[in-house]
Amino acid sequence: MNSVILEGITKTYDDGNVMAVDNVSLQVKPGELFGLIGPDGAGKTSIFRILTTLLLADKGTASVQGLDVVKDYRKIRNMIGYMPGKFSLYQDLTVKENLTFFATLFGTTIAENYEVIKDIYDQIKPFNDRRAGKLSGGMKQKLALCCALIHKPEVLFLDEPTTGVDVVSRREFWDILNQLKAQGITIMVSTPYMDEAILCERIALMQEGSIMQVDTPQQIIRSYPVRLYAAKADNIYKLVQDFRMLDAVSSCYAFGEYLHLTMKADKPGDIDALREYGISHGHQGLEVKEIEPGIEDTFIRLMNRKAQTNG
Amino acid sequence: MAEQVIICKDLTKRFGDFMAVNKISFEVNRGEIFGFLGANGAGKTTAMRILCGLSYPTSGAATVAGFDVYKQQESIKRNIGYMSQKFSLYENLTVLENIEFYGGVYGLSRKTIRSRSDELINQLGLQQEARKLVGELPLGWKQKLAFSVAIFHQPQIVFLDEPTGGVDPVTRRQFWDMIYAAAASGITVFVTTHYMDEAEYCNRVTIMVDGKIEALDAPQALKARFQANNMEEVFYQLARGAKRSSD
Repeated sequence: MNSVILEGITKTYDDGNVMAVDNVSLQVKPGELFGLIGPDGAGKTSIFRILTTLLLADKGTASVQGLDVVKDYRKIRNMIGYMPGKFSLYQDLTVKENLTFFATLFGTTIAENYEVIKDIYDQIKPFNDRRAGKLSGGMKQKLALCCALIHKPEVLFLDEPTTGVDVVSRREFWDILNQLKAQGITIMVSTPYMDEAILCERIALMQEGSIMQVDTPQQIIRSYPVRLYAAKADNIYKLVQDFRMLDAVSSCYAFGEYLHLTMKADKPGDIDALREYGISHGHQGLEVKEIEPGIEDTFIRLMNRKAQTNG
Repeated sequence: MAEQVIICKDLTKRFGDFMAVNKISFEVNRGEIFGFLGANGAGKTTAMRILCGLSYPTSGAATVAGFDVYKQQESIKRNIGYMSQKFSLYENLTVLENIEFYGGVYGLSRKTIRSRSDELINQLGLQQEARKLVGELPLGWKQKLAFSVAIFHQPQIVFLDEPTGGVDPVTRRQFWDMIYAAAASGITVFVTTHYMDEAEYCNRVTIMVDGKIEALDAPQALKARFQANNMEEVFYQLARGAKRSSD
């Protein structure tokens, strides 16, 4: 049995004028670390709110641990943990008070489920008597995660836990998620950072309410249908403009210190043609190489294809 | 030597016994894209507020567009633009009304506003949307419009505070095309971001840790110095030891 099932879920706002989630179906397996990857407006939060029984879908069905999100909402609420994107703890309660409050709501105590939160709680315990509102961003995030875990949930929903968080804290947070996964908790997490996709077991790439692709990150990368090239030169800004003028180039966009390019015809000699073209346009320090695509390359490709299909 | 439009010397801001910004010194050249990075709580926002004329330093010196951060805050505000992920335009005004409003705030004449807004609408390809409410535009468009409005009065410097947060990867790149175009027209760009690939697009980058500037150089030079493949590794090596963290 799958932990989470969505079947043709559709959600609109504003009397049907805004399409937030467009006929989405997906399954999350028990114990899986599943990622919803997409920018703001992709529909990630609406999906979380439907699954956590806080929002009713217009169409479709959804279940968590085999329970229907509409009929069995009370049961679901007892077996899931939810960390919303916006910090939602009591700012004027202390760390300890917040944790005790959430434990009590679920009819348990901090002591009873201590082993679930121990690794995370140890990091904020020195601030037990500090008010939540006075904590730093990274510590607030850890406290929120403890509160979402204190009743030992079977499924954990984390809505953009790393948004606006620096690289160091983001890495720490993903280490924590892997520890939780090792305890057998099913985790559904969303992020706008494409580089975090690779840290999930399976991901759904989402854009404007629909799913563009669902698979393991490795398989998504393997399914990239054409060769991808990286290029750079001393004047990278001019290099973008020159390559975009070349008719054989299908796409050309900046990616860190390099440009990434795909070709319309996609044939073995392309790399030499790109080099020659760069040299003939007077570029110094030119480098062109074939590279393995990343999740973000796939995302861009799928987005462009979708834009073309929509006319 | 290139003309310097921001000069900081031992700039410090103390809240009680907390050194939010601890003796930072740097210069930014005209037309440069200057990346201002740091861990959460490193003091970026505090430093930026001083440079925008919104907060006084405790000690040290700084000039922005030639104006002193202690004595000439109002002149600074007139010569800079500012945009952040959170700051947004008035959702219940149209695209044109927003442009007119901000043009008016910066004291541009009606005639200038009219001719420049026509030009801007054409550049952005927003002819169809010019009379629509900003609230109806997709996020990516809002951010591009917000940036255009922030430089509508042709400031010497524009401050961008995480301008691309939550934006899709295609729009994020279009946004950087606009940043490059602004820099090429002589506007200095001072930008913060959590996307480390964007750090590579800057001419020079500073990385702040615990109130101090720990590194300042071109991305290429930083990668060489830290023997790192990309800016994320450079950042990680520098910020890993940070003592404090906050929003």
